[in-house]
Amino acid sequence: MRKIVVDDIEVEVPDDYSVLQACEEAGAEIPRFCFHERLSVAGNCRMCLVEAKGAPKPIASCAYGVKDLRPGPNGEPPVIETRSDVVKKAREGVMEFLLINHPLDCPICDQGGECDLQDQAMYYGVDSSRYVENKRAVEDKYIGPLVKTIMTRCIHCTRCVRFTTEVAGVSELGATGRGEDMEITTYLEHAMTSEMQGNVIDLCPVGALTSRPYAYQARPWELTKTETIDVMDALGSNIRVDARGREVLRIMPRLNEEVNEEWISDKSRFHWDGLKAQRLDRAFIRKEGKLVPTSWNEAFEAIATKVNATDKSKIAGVSGNLLSLEDQFAFKAFMSNLGSNVIEGRNGVNIDPSLGRGSYLFNSTIAGIEDADALLLIGVNPREDATVLNARIRKRWRQGEFPIAVIGDDVDLTYDFEHIGIGTDSLNDLFAGKHSFAKTLENAKRPMIILGEGAAQAGDINEIIAAISNFAASLQGDDGWNAYNFLHRSASSVGALELGLVFDGGIDAINNAKYDFVFNYAADDSGYEKSEGSFEVYIGSHGDKGAHSADVILPAAAYTEKSGLYINTEGRVQRGLRASFPPGEAKEDWSIFRALSAIVGSPLSFDSFDQLRNALYQEYADLNQIDALLPVVESTESGDKVTKISGKGIFGSGLDSYFLSNPICRASAIMADCASLKQTTQIAAE
Amino acid sequence: MLADEDRIFKNLYGYQDAGLKGAQARGAWDGTAGFIKNGRDWIVEQVKASALRGRGGAGFPTGLKWSFMPKEEGPLPHYLVVNADESEPGTCKDREIMRNDPHLLIEGCLYAAFAMAAHTGYIYIRGEYIREREALQRAIDEAYDAGLLGKNAAGSGWDFDLYLSHGAGAYICGEETALLESLEGKKGQPRLKPPFPAACGLYGCPTTINNVETVAVVPDILRRGADWFANIGTPNNSGTKLFCISGHVNKPCNVEEALGIPFRELIDTHCGGIRGGWDNLLAVIPGGSSVPCLPAEQCADLPMDFDTLRNLKSGLGTAGVIVMDKSTDIIRAITRISYFYKHESCGQCTPCREGTGWMWRVLTRMSEGRAQKREIDMLLEVTTQIEGHTICALGDAAAWPVQGLIRHFRPEIEKRIDQYAANPHSDPVIVAAE
Repeated sequence: MRKIVVDDIEVEVPDDYSVLQACEEAGAEIPRFCFHERLSVAGNCRMCLVEAKGAPKPIASCAYGVKDLRPGPNGEPPVIETRSDVVKKAREGVMEFLLINHPLDCPICDQGGECDLQDQAMYYGVDSSRYVENKRAVEDKYIGPLVKTIMTRCIHCTRCVRFTTEVAGVSELGATGRGEDMEITTYLEHAMTSEMQGNVIDLCPVGALTSRPYAYQARPWELTKTETIDVMDALGSNIRVDARGREVLRIMPRLNEEVNEEWISDKSRFHWDGLKAQRLDRAFIRKEGKLVPTSWNEAFEAIATKVNATDKSKIAGVSGNLLSLEDQFAFKAFMSNLGSNVIEGRNGVNIDPSLGRGSYLFNSTIAGIEDADALLLIGVNPREDATVLNARIRKRWRQGEFPIAVIGDDVDLTYDFEHIGIGTDSLNDLFAGKHSFAKTLENAKRPMIILGEGAAQAGDINEIIAAISNFAASLQGDDGWNAYNFLHRSASSVGALELGLVFDGGIDAINNAKYDFVFNYAADDSGYEKSEGSFEVYIGSHGDKGAHSADVILPAAAYTEKSGLYINTEGRVQRGLRASFPPGEAKEDWSIFRALSAIVGSPLSFDSFDQLRNALYQEYADLNQIDALLPVVESTESGDKVTKISGKGIFGSGLDSYFLSNPICRASAIMADCASLKQTTQIAAE
Repeated sequence: MLADEDRIFKNLYGYQDAGLKGAQARGAWDGTAGFIKNGRDWIVEQVKASALRGRGGAGFPTGLKWSFMPKEEGPLPHYLVVNADESEPGTCKDREIMRNDPHLLIEGCLYAAFAMAAHTGYIYIRGEYIREREALQRAIDEAYDAGLLGKNAAGSGWDFDLYLSHGAGAYICGEETALLESLEGKKGQPRLKPPFPAACGLYGCPTTINNVETVAVVPDILRRGADWFANIGTPNNSGTKLFCISGHVNKPCNVEEALGIPFRELIDTHCGGIRGGWDNLLAVIPGGSSVPCLPAEQCADLPMDFDTLRNLKSGLGTAGVIVMDKSTDIIRAITRISYFYKHESCGQCTPCREGTGWMWRVLTRMSEGRAQKREIDMLLEVTTQIEGHTICALGDAAAWPVQGLIRHFRPEIEKRIDQYAANPHSDPVIVAAE
């Protein structure tokens, strides 16, 4: 610890603090453009200059360590001034330099109202310009369908370059030229390929990099900002949904150190136009082979007639991948009230929840990746399954001494790894200690094994889980460290397992049994196939696969249009809030089930969303702890330990189409652009 | 005038053999193993006692710089890097050393490397120096063949490898940390300091960067003794120095002279006087383009050394003396220098990137007189907004010539503005096309 005096306030800070951190500790605000907590220090904007007593010139506080400060002549703590004339003049000077070549086009700039340059010019700049020469103009660059560039506005802070290189792991952005001719660009104006590139929009302190889809849509002060939870993957990234009226106009990340830090993937950020397209805004009914619009009453009557005519044991329910806990709970309650226990919501991966919570959660926790010291990935492509989590792995990898091995597809994960094999035999070899990485895991203090949904392709997922969790338990590690992790792909997977939306044999069993009546609750990606002659009621928000085959369609809300709880892959219960309202005649999901239950003669007990949530809490008390992790009870079962996987199989990994993995994305034109771009770059690469 | 026997660079003009044989005949590589046997501390002490100051421009005491390196080699290797990226306008001393006396440099590298426990040395040579690179590489090859480099270099028991790295022609790569970046294969942009290279330099290892001339005089200091060197010149500014005199003198030349030699003596003895006589002298830039110019009246008896020039708010810099007589348009001259810094700014940090262009544009107008008098003070303020606020010294180097101009030639600028204002219709009248 070191003592340091900032503006007459003495603070004691750790040795590794920068002067900027020390100043903040003392409550002094330091303006900055290039400095960002999560990126390397560039020290190039010079806005954070402060005066160190005894130093010949002002120092860049973001880059200067407190341990490099010289103490006073008699060993007094070093003195920093952040309000002196020297500092004021330095800030005004830098501000003036930044502004001389910055276009004053704030009225037509999308960054207006949330611009660092604008704000800091107000606080630290001077009121008028002395620059009468011609201003520099820079040609805009094409860097992809997501990020729009107006490069004349660039102040060369290089945050975007550092983000793509360090966090996203693609060296695609860089600076060409030098001096005032320096320009930020991608090589030959290729589109960026990172799935996290949208974050440069947030990072850019000016309006040089802005959101292309959001261009000229709204001003920040017009937007209603709702803090909610992302459902594009099982990470539960914390997001803020900005809406004007009913229309969602953009999605931005929120800070949550435990989950997504402050990044989100492009899928999470740019799928919002899918919330407006392909929406089911009224009920439909199939007449003479064609779906025709109808009223809620008529649709309900048709369902009631059909339900009453059907043997209850021939009624099944399947639920989808973007649902909240309340949705799933209401659906399950509806089905069991109806007298059916055939309900499946696991999205194709038939994990048996009776193995215990530990078998399907990301036990080491997402933030725990930073403490890990060895990693094995099995049947998972974290770059696609959970993009932001992959950035966390890369962050740990960049710190060094983090051996990573992969069993599954050999793809570019943005970090180096040892590719052990693709199938169960490689895994069995590892269990038997035949591969050197087994030793690495054994010697590690905090080893991590991440199993993904792709493993289900290699054989019986429950056997694989049992074998791997058994192997993980056998590793010597720190006390309390759980090396076994399962990485889900869908926001609702853990919820389905927790609430027991589980049918023996999974979706295949439902498909094979050919039920007469199926409630398809937004289960477009579950693998459910309508069988000949069955009656299908589709409840969902988008006219996707399930709606095409349905006999009755009931329009429901998308995730931004309803509140709800979500459990992420590590078992964290998070609360999402409603940002807008369902379009047209569409209703919130729980109210559809409530109304439907009355129509079919077995009414549900709750009449409001609050009652529904209370009923949920009563049945599942654990879920009451918002933002906390679900407690994992160590399995005390002493059955036969599975040490080997019997079948032979190949692990899959990644998604079929990353940008088109759910109904909202498939309705989104932006996601379609991204998907086709990804395909062309892949073809070009091959 | 420096006595001939006190000269270090005896083949500065290339009249003799630049090869190993010739160099040895002039005394190079003599007693090498013996000096190294005397130990690391002895060499550093000798260099300290000689009061040698860095010849690259800043004039930092070399012995002190060497002593910043960790005493013994730790887990990280030490590196010696020689800065041969001589790009300062008006400076052409290192190229003559590399062309004509390369063995002094190579021998000096061995001592310097040994003194800082480095087994590897890099010479980073300027991109435009093609022939110099060839000459230096030839000399290095010769030294390897003769066993003077490599394992057990010169029989001293010290292993030392020397590599020559060729730049791509950017002025900024002469800044020591930008040079390291470039040497590592990155874009040449200066690093933030601290950490200083002695702690974290090339590839993150302890590194010392020295100018060619600094390293090349070390063998003679060791051979002839630190006292000999310290007694040449003036106190605290000791030794000989290569002066590169260009501009309006009768015979521009490179010459080795004692530090502190009066300017008039330097010019009269070696350059045949000022073109058109001493009364025709307008101004002198005493140390390469980056230092402020001095007007004629301050120059005549000016001792050319670090401290005197610094006290006059100029500097000795690289001792690239640019002489300008009264035919010079001093405003345009400084404008041209300003353009150079605008062109060579790396663009990394704000004040230099934006400020150098601003200064050049204002100066361009001023050199025509197309400006307001209040803009002179504004320009001066802009230079102070750049100076001291940048990552490296290029910002300072860009600001100083302009400050020198305004300090000494403000009436000249005002006169130019008045002339322009008195003749306001210099722009052609636009005639409508019919």
